[in-house]
Order: sequence, then C-alpha cells, then structure tokens
Amino acid sequence: MNALNEQEVDGGAVKPALPFFLFGKFKEVGFGDKLFRGITGFFAFLILVLALMTFLALWVNSGPCFKAMGWKFLISSEWDPIQQKFGAVPFVYGTLVSSFLALLIATPLGLGISLFLTELAPLNLRTPVAFVVDILAAIPSVVYGLWGMFVLAPIMQAYIDPVMVKVIGGPFFVTTSIGLSFFTAGVILSIMILPTIIVISREVFEAVPNVYRESAKALGATDWETIQLSVLKPSKPGVVGAVMLGLGRALGETMAVTMVIGNMAQVTPNLLAPGHSMASVIANEFTEATGDVYLAALSEIGLLLMVITLVLNIAAHLLVWFTTRNYGRA
Amino acid sequence: MKNFKKAILAGVAGVVLMGASMAHAVDLNGAGSTFDNPIFQKWFHEYYTANSTQVNYQSIGSGGGIQQWLAKTVDFGATDAFLTDDETQKAGGPALNLPVVLGAVCVSYNIPGIDSGLKLTPKVLVDIYMGKILNWNDPAIVELNPDLTLPNLVINVVRRSDGSGTTNIFTSYLSKVSTAWATSAGWGKSVNFPVGVGGKGNEGVAGIIRQYPGSIGYVELAYAVQNKMAFAALKNKAGKFVEPSVDATTAAAEGAMHKIPSDFKIMITNAAGEGAYPICGFSWVVVRVNQDDPVKGKKLVDLLNWMLDTGNGEASTLYYAPLPDALVAKVKDAVATIKF
Repeated sequence: MNALNEQEVDGGAVKPALPFFLFGKFKEVGFGDKLFRGITGFFAFLILVLALMTFLALWVNSGPCFKAMGWKFLISSEWDPIQQKFGAVPFVYGTLVSSFLALLIATPLGLGISLFLTELAPLNLRTPVAFVVDILAAIPSVVYGLWGMFVLAPIMQAYIDPVMVKVIGGPFFVTTSIGLSFFTAGVILSIMILPTIIVISREVFEAVPNVYRESAKALGATDWETIQLSVLKPSKPGVVGAVMLGLGRALGETMAVTMVIGNMAQVTPNLLAPGHSMASVIANEFTEATGDVYLAALSEIGLLLMVITLVLNIAAHLLVWFTTRNYGRA
Repeated sequence: MKNFKKAILAGVAGVVLMGASMAHAVDLNGAGSTFDNPIFQKWFHEYYTANSTQVNYQSIGSGGGIQQWLAKTVDFGATDAFLTDDETQKAGGPALNLPVVLGAVCVSYNIPGIDSGLKLTPKVLVDIYMGKILNWNDPAIVELNPDLTLPNLVINVVRRSDGSGTTNIFTSYLSKVSTAWATSAGWGKSVNFPVGVGGKGNEGVAGIIRQYPGSIGYVELAYAVQNKMAFAALKNKAGKFVEPSVDATTAAAEGAMHKIPSDFKIMITNAAGEGAYPICGFSWVVVRVNQDDPVKGKKLVDLLNWMLDTGNGEASTLYYAPLPDALVAKVKDAVATIKF
C-alpha cells in the first residue's frame, strides 16, 4: 500500500500547484499573449494593492487610539466608551471562540458530507444534495441571524444547553438562563460555513484521479481504506484550504453573530454565557460613535481582525507544508 | 479616523446626491439620527407636497450626521445628543442646537401572566440594571406591586448593543436617579452595562424580550406602542407612578421648561411635574448661524419654522410628543437669529 501511495502521489495531479508568479516561464507566442498576461497580471496586482490600502487605512485611522491606549489595547478587557477606555480582549476572545467552535462542528460534518457525495452516494442523489448545499450558501446572513434568534436560540436554551451541562459540564458548560451565547453563535456559524467546506472539499476529492481508487481496490482495500489512502491523504492541502476559507467566513461574519451572541463584552470559559465579537462591535457601535479615540478604537479592532485572519492563514499554510513535504520520501 | 469617516460619508453623500439629482433638484440635505427618521420622512414628504422644497434626509446615525455637517456636506445634522464643546469648536462659527423632536423611552417586560400594571421605582430599576435584583419575586418588586402575582423567575436584563439615542436618554435617567450608576457605568450612547444581553436596534431588544420570559428592556415609546408591548409605570420626581404616553412626555418637557437654557443643551430626564413621565428627551437639529448660501439659508429657516408649527402638531400621530408651546416660541426665537 505504501509503495503505491508514494509513487502515485509523487507523480499525481493533486500535488499542490507550483507557485505561479506574475511573469512566469511559459513561452510567449504573440502580442495577444503579452496583452493577456499584462491585463490579468494587472488584475492580480489590484488585489494586492487593495489589501495593502485597506491595511494602511485601518492603520492610519487607528492612530488616535494607539496613542491613547498603546499596547494596553491588546491586553485590556475593559471597553468603556464613556471613560474612554478601550480593550480588545473580549472581542478577540469571542470571535476566536465562536469561530473555532464552528470549525469543530462544521469540519467533520462537511468532510463527511463531501466524502459521501463523491465516494459513496448513488449518482442520482449527488445532484439534488449538491443543489441544496448551494441554496444554503445563498441564504443572506441576516436571515440566519433572525432564524438563530427566534428559532435556534430557544431550542438551544430548552433542549441542547441542558444536555451539554449534564454531559460535559463546567467550566465550559454552566447553566445560564438564556440561549444567546458563544455556543449558539458557534452553532449558527457552523451551519453558515458548512456550504463553503462542502463545496470546496468536494471539488478537491473529485480531482483525485480514479486510478488511485482503482489501485487501492485492486490491492484489496476496503471502502474506508480506499478513502483514507487514496482520497483523503492526497487531498490534505485542499481540505485545509477549504477549512481555512470556512474559518475566514466565520471570523468575519457579523450580522448573524450579533443577533445570537448576546453582545456582552466579557471573557469567560462558560460557553453558555453571552459574549461579543470583533465584527459585531464594529457594526454595532460605528454609526453612533463620537470622539476621535472611540472611532479609532473601532478601526483598531478592524485592523486586529485583519491581522488575526492573516496569521491564521499563514499558520494553516505552514501546517500543510510541514505535513506534506515528506510525501515523496516516506 | 476623521478623514476615513469623512471619506466614507462624502462617498455616501455623493451617491445619494447623484441619485437624488436624477429624480429631482434637491433643495436641502440633512443627515443623522435614526430616532428622528420616521417623523422626518413624514414631515419632509408633506413639506415637499405643500412647498415643493425637496429635503433629502439620510438616517445614518447621529455620529455620522454630525461628521457630515461638520464637513459641510449637508445643510443640517440631526442628533440625539447635543453637540459637545469640541464639536462646536470644529463647526467653524456659531452653531445652534434646536430641539425639534421629543420622544420617550419605555421599560418593557415579559412576565408570563402579567400584561400590564407593573410599577417600578427608580431605585428598583437601577438595581435591576446593576444586577442587584435578580428575580421577579424579589421583595422590593413585590412590595411595589401588591396586586400582581410575581413569579419566581430570573430577570433577564436586555439593552441596546448598538450606540443609540435611546440608550443615551435611558442612561441619562439612571445617572440622574443613582450616583452609583453615574459613577460606574455612566451616561452616553453606548455604555459599559454591568449585566445583561444586547439586542441590535429597537427590534433586536424587542425580539429578545418577546422571546424570553423574565426579560426586561428599554425601547422607544413608538416602537412599544405599535408592537403592543407591555410597559411599566415609573415613579416620577413628584412621587406619582406614570405610564409612558405622548401626553406624559409633553408634560415632562413642560415640567423642565424653567430649566431649559438658551442653548437648549439639556437632558430633561427625571423632570418635575405630577404627570411627567421621567424617561424622555429631545432630539436636536444642528445648524450654523451664518449661512453661506442665501437661497439655501432662507429655505432652511422656512423649513425649521414649518417643522415647529405644522410639523410639531402632527408629531403624536407617530407617537412622538409635541413640544410644549412655550418651548416652540423659544426655539423659533433661536431660528430667527440665523443669518443668510
């Protein structure tokens, strides 16, 4: 099995693509090619400029807050616009906790669904399920939010939260009186990022050449062994990419989270307590914020959100790199 | 930050102006408070029908309204919190804060079996919002409401999560009746509430209240009435329990008349007067005394006078309270000082 795996992966099509640089090394034929490369290169360059400009704008605008609060902004849990004291910790905490909860729920679920769809499901079931997944992706987040507040949160409060308290218990699940919490936010986020994870990981699994599966089967592998060795293993970078894209959506999600997280700036291990998130506080307070430091504090939250997203993405890519670099040798 | 916000606002204003100029020639532009928006839309529509002066109002929030007005992209701003000294400095010339809208904030609740008649004192309300009273059958509440059977139910405190004029009025009241509140959470459009969950907008707060038995929260009067929410009677300064209503709100403004300064910068919460409902406040229109453009200046003054005469008379149809006559006269005197 090992020999097969090693050889196939090495020469296979699912190896992560080589980085493509702007002025790569393919042969030019004529003016049309040059023009095409120029135009598309310019488009790609625009993306970089856009990201950089956003970063710079947030950086400049958070100046007054940095001057007033300094590094304390990053370690303080106090958010008091009246006293002009601003600390980002409860918001960073809320965003990370709700997003990771979402990943914890959505990753196994999403991968399971895509594996079923690509490997096991009868052909006439694949299209309808895929269609429903696409519909899920198209639901506006405010609809998820309203549904979360009026339907999901009461269900969580009445049925799911008590079970969690009994089964897992403290310090993560301590009884509270209301269904608006980190946990509910995590659950609604997991539903929202599910389509992203499913669609992308399905593409990744489908890109695995059939000859892999056939070889595994020919050597007597069971369904599970086939999936494990010839589908999951070579798909790793793509799957991590799918999960990261889901995480990106979860980190930035605003409306739905605001409506179910309870909007209370606090840091507590109790997942059933109300919390707050970075995107929520910006959406909630920006329109009525007066005073330079207050507005700057909200900008700095935005900057921080951008940095966190960047760091998590880099970390994920490093993870993929570390775990896949030995494929050729084993 | 200022530049960033200015740029955004200018962009918004630009798009709006473009859209508007395609339809009609816009005569006056305003921006600000969302609290004022329902009545402004009604007023400005009527005003256009009667005087063919087109007024374009963008309800982008008080903070944004002031920024736009400072940047001179709009002719007037509307705000639920009067200009700070700092903002007045930046206006580049004398400015007026004109109270034109008067509204009330009511304390709404969801206690199974009790649809009306709950009475609260300022002290009990503050204790609930400070997390000192935790249950509906607390002796302090039971004592005030001997006729009601209060259940053994945990109180779920609800507040606005977004910065809002409603919170400004509500916390101004709590600060006036409790030094403990004034020195801890304080008074403003977003404050650091010690307990409770936040809902976005009146609809967010109302949604949570309706969904969870045991909830208490504050919403605008108009919103509570239109959605048939239960609200509490509050003990006012004169010692009477008063339910929120349009009349009780106007009564509060009347009760505060003798205290209203010539620049109108006052929070009238906890006003004197037998029939005064204690949690209410103004929303102000901010304008420059020296108008650059004589044509626009004239139109602006005409509009302000119309709002104070005809407009004020119609306020109660949308559950805003009409300003008392004595105050209208004072505000019109201030409008008369505008030069163009």
